[in-house]
Amino acid sequence: MIQLKGVSRIYQMGEEQFYALRKVDLHIRKGEFVSIVGPSGSGKSTMMNIIGCLDCADEGQYLLDGQPIENYSEKELARVRNRKIGFIFQNFNLLPKLSAAENVALPLIYQRLGTAKQKERVAWALEQVSLKDRMGHRPSQLSGGQQQRVAIARALASRPALFLADEPTGALDSRTGREIMDIFHMLHEKGNTIVIITHDEGVADQAERKIRIRDGRLSEVKI
Amino acid sequence: MILQSVKMAYTAILSNKLRSFLTMLGIIIGVTSLVVLVSLVGGASDSVTEGISESGKTLITVSILKDKGKPLTWEDVSELEKKESISAAAPAGNTGSTARGRGKSVDIQITGTTPGYFEIQNLKTAYGRTLKRADLDNSTYSVVLNNRAAKELLGTDDAAGEEVVIGGKTYRVAGVLEKSKVSGWNAEQMEAYIPYSTLMRSADDIRYVNNFYLTADSQEEMKNAETEVTDFLKTRFGNDEKAFQVMNESQILELMESTQRTLMLMLGGIAGIALLVGGIGIMNIMLVSVTERTREIGIRKAIGADYAGIMTQFLIEALALSLLGCLIGILLSWGIIQTVNWFLPQYHFRMVKEVILAATAFSAVIGVAFGIYPADKAAKKKPIDALRFS
Repeated sequence: MIQLKGVSRIYQMGEEQFYALRKVDLHIRKGEFVSIVGPSGSGKSTMMNIIGCLDCADEGQYLLDGQPIENYSEKELARVRNRKIGFIFQNFNLLPKLSAAENVALPLIYQRLGTAKQKERVAWALEQVSLKDRMGHRPSQLSGGQQQRVAIARALASRPALFLADEPTGALDSRTGREIMDIFHMLHEKGNTIVIITHDEGVADQAERKIRIRDGRLSEVKI
Repeated sequence: MILQSVKMAYTAILSNKLRSFLTMLGIIIGVTSLVVLVSLVGGASDSVTEGISESGKTLITVSILKDKGKPLTWEDVSELEKKESISAAAPAGNTGSTARGRGKSVDIQITGTTPGYFEIQNLKTAYGRTLKRADLDNSTYSVVLNNRAAKELLGTDDAAGEEVVIGGKTYRVAGVLEKSKVSGWNAEQMEAYIPYSTLMRSADDIRYVNNFYLTADSQEEMKNAETEVTDFLKTRFGNDEKAFQVMNESQILELMESTQRTLMLMLGGIAGIALLVGGIGIMNIMLVSVTERTREIGIRKAIGADYAGIMTQFLIEALALSLLGCLIGILLSWGIIQTVNWFLPQYHFRMVKEVILAATAFSAVIGVAFGIYPADKAAKKKPIDALRFS
């Protein structure tokens, strides 16, 4: 599913070169639930950006779903993000002026899916996160946990190959955080591939595999 | 995709109504001034040209500027009718006076002339007759009234044979003209036509002919008629071409039309500048909007929007702003023109279709032209940078 071979991301800081990622190798199989854990500044976000095709590696090779992601144009990267990856962010990143249903429909609009199909998918996705009765609510009318569930539904709607979550419980209290993690477990049981990036060991320990990142290097950790 | 973008633009415009309205104001003012000014100029000159072309395309107007001691008499003018290319010739001497009939007094416009005048100006009687040669030879106190004057003075247009007093002299009404079909600027005046010889006798300042009209036999004969009258006057005034002026209808029309064109171009240019300023306003607000919505752009890009997707969204928003402004401007113009018509019923102004089309096209071009830069700026944002923005 995901294969990184000798991937580096280098930032130029004045005269010096800073390796945010240093020759990283990683292999994630289909249907795995993996957590990537590390303190801030460890290269976590860079990792997420590269896996999520928001950024490109400077060195090495990245295969997503068997496709090498390199020398891709903006347009092709957008297409990959749209169809293969379902993002879930720490601060939900919903559009405040759109209703829950409209937010969930957003990736489908960019897929140019027909209106009838869109409606069907949106209803299904919100059903999965038990928010069907809140379809017409704006994000500001929903609690944090509900907003994150809408965000998960948005990721779900495009039926991605990979769910990529960046500190999904970071902005929530622990009880709501557990509810969100339950949804991830549910998704995992249904055979989805999930990568969670976090600094919270408690969250990281819930995954099948735990990978530690420090100073741009990866190491597999036994749970 | 386009439909979705239109929906997004609609939401974005409505979510900040005051700002959207202020942004559109430039376009609204530009379109309104363009449509109203051009429609008013067009309407005003239409009603003038209508009045002119009613009397035919064969009219020649002659003014004597210097008589060189050999002034023209009405008999001289009537002699011109014998020329082959000229079907009628008539002098016109104008003066104003007070007329009284059945106890009612009104100010009236008096034209001293000869029988040919009625043919030249295409004036027809509803009752009675027009002037006759005998009226001129004998300087009779006969008068032909226009419809309005007859109604005002005598209470009816069937007034042939009645008497009116003009300038202290009693005139017999020989005939009354048909009601004028032209509803333009000259329709409402009261007019009386009397023999030129009678006018010369009663008005101190009119002794000879200074202005007269001709009609050519046909449009094809216009050139010949013009040459013949010019030759006649040249012989009379010793080859001095500055002593008189020969003007024909088409020259006057051309002059009118070119004045109208210039005026419209000037007004259109000013309105165009207003529209341009409106476009800059749109660009300004779109740039602010792009910065404000950096996060939204980031989210959209992360979720799968590409350059074209974001570009379309912002471009359509700019286009929607300018076209909505244009629509409001057109409605406003309609209101203004209706109001003007209500206050000045003798003109019938209407919106010129071409101007509406031009205004819409121009607004669309401005929306796109000034929307492209902000939209491009939005679409070029990198998703990671945009997501980090707060």
